[in-house]
Amino acid sequence: MTALLDVRDFSVAFGASQPVKGVSFTANPGEMLAIVGESGSGKSLTALGLIGLLPRHAKTGGEIRFDGRNLLGQSERDWRKIRGRDIGMIFQEPMTSLNPVLTVGEQITEVLRIHEHVDRKQARQRAVELLELVNIPEARKRVDDYPHQLSGGMRQRVMIAIGVACNPKLLIADEATTALDVTIQAQILQLLDNLRRDLNMAVILITHDLGIVAQWADRVMVMYAGRKVEEGLPEPVFTNPYHPYTRGLLGASPRAESGHHYRQGPLIEIPGSIVSATGEKGCAFRPRCPSAQASCGFAVPPLRQITEDRLAACPFTPTSFVSHVHDASLRS
Amino acid sequence: MTLLSVRNLSTHYAGGRGTVRAVDDVSLTIEPGETVALVGESGCGKSSLGKSLMRLVEPTSGQVEFKGKDVTAMPARELRSLRRSIQMIFQDPFASLNPRQTIRTILTAPLKVHGVGDSKRRREIIESIIVQVGLPADSLDRYPHEFSGGQRQRIGIARALILQPELVVCDEPVSALDLSIQAQILNLLVEMKNKLSLSYLFVSHDLSVVRYFSDRVLVMYLGKIVESAPTAELWADPKHPYTRALLAAVPDPSRRKQAAPIAGDLPSPHNPPSGCRFHTRCPLATDLCRAQAPEHRLFGPAHAVACHHTN
Repeated sequence: MTALLDVRDFSVAFGASQPVKGVSFTANPGEMLAIVGESGSGKSLTALGLIGLLPRHAKTGGEIRFDGRNLLGQSERDWRKIRGRDIGMIFQEPMTSLNPVLTVGEQITEVLRIHEHVDRKQARQRAVELLELVNIPEARKRVDDYPHQLSGGMRQRVMIAIGVACNPKLLIADEATTALDVTIQAQILQLLDNLRRDLNMAVILITHDLGIVAQWADRVMVMYAGRKVEEGLPEPVFTNPYHPYTRGLLGASPRAESGHHYRQGPLIEIPGSIVSATGEKGCAFRPRCPSAQASCGFAVPPLRQITEDRLAACPFTPTSFVSHVHDASLRS
Repeated sequence: MTLLSVRNLSTHYAGGRGTVRAVDDVSLTIEPGETVALVGESGCGKSSLGKSLMRLVEPTSGQVEFKGKDVTAMPARELRSLRRSIQMIFQDPFASLNPRQTIRTILTAPLKVHGVGDSKRRREIIESIIVQVGLPADSLDRYPHEFSGGQRQRIGIARALILQPELVVCDEPVSALDLSIQAQILNLLVEMKNKLSLSYLFVSHDLSVVRYFSDRVLVMYLGKIVESAPTAELWADPKHPYTRALLAAVPDPSRRKQAAPIAGDLPSPHNPPSGCRFHTRCPLATDLCRAQAPEHRLFGPAHAVACHHTN
């Protein structure tokens, strides 16, 4: 199967600084891919690149192959045909992404009328259906509401309705649940999960929340300082992380299910901050890495195939790493 | 002696659309050395409660006692000296640091206000605290914008601790920080707590952080505390349907793709539901719940629940 989205060596530069340094990944129809990383990891710029919304002065490199053709370098006119139709996007703050002076219905029909040949009446009917699809109660009434009349969770549902209005093949959700309360967040993630199955739509979930990734994603890629440092299936990545940064992230996050308490001992810190990666030769994580060697400073470690479905950009095997491929062969 | 004791505290805001009962008849205690977490969703009144304790927002009724002294009745001058003992750490340290002042000026201000030491002594105190919170000593003559988010939160912590308070109200202190920085700040807060024998009131919406960081948890919903229990007990045996829903909503790798636990949104605090405020979203709600607000009942030495149906 050819991937729906095939990103090859994608980079973003602003003058001399290069916040995204050659990232490659794929997404398949119906798949939920999570991209995790801290601020400065390049995850949001990567997302903006996928829908052609990078600032004009950004210099991009590599390829973004979508449905077989390279999107990078195409004209703004061509982008407009794809954005909203083939690729939808939802952002973190629905209030700033929704137009306050247009009703919810007007904002949904706008997308439909641009991309699909529908008249006003059909578009309105479709808007009501979309609001029902995203579980907004009394959709027929709500369609005439303005964004400020809705709660945060409802606004995010409207954003999703706009995002999926034209049955896109790919939906990008950039920290789409971060600003929401935890009970609402669970509802929205459940909704995204249902939609991607029903519409056979690939979803790229950009988040810093490892719990969300573990519970909802099919595959996860971890980014650090503009590069992919690890990729794999969520369960093995989180129970058996390979890259020292992934291990660090997991050690640093208090996880309720572990029952770990402050009176038993501190959280394992990753010392320093991502700023230390600027201008680093070799591995960008080296200044913060507990197992760094002199050789880590010579060159950027390439991604290695660790197991059948695991990639990691570290030449050293962690002492506790158990290969799942090896495991499987023992069992059979 | 109980450090902080709050009885029947209410804080109401009068506004264009009517009165918002942000905090409604809330009682709680904090013992010396204890970390008490206040959890709930946005709009539940947890920040208002935190501010009401120090009278940064004037409570409408009820009583706050700090070490036996009635805070609610205190004249302004006494209140100022009380604020030396109760300090606050905010979510966004950048918004609470004056951008035109050096860190030295920012840290000197509380010492001057409370007449601590002479200028030489003050300099010693500042130089000692900046190192204790993990910043280089040369940070003092720099400005807030020169620091990263995590470093700014360290400055906020230094400012809160410089007067050696007994109680620190932490309002979402790590929610704006990246994961790796969050761990650094939580560890620092624990370290300072042990060093200075502090008590914390930890206001947070992040249940994973609360599970790690607190000794006791108060769960708030629309201005009311619906359940309070020691942390481990709350996770082992949550009793209120809202607490259960809240805990079930925390993403958990071992529970892949389960249906969203509770439907519906938080009702508007302008017009809270009658009776038990959770009844509009509660799977157990009956006519009793719609008619009558449940009282707190004890289900263990320190486990109180306000629900008609808990038994």
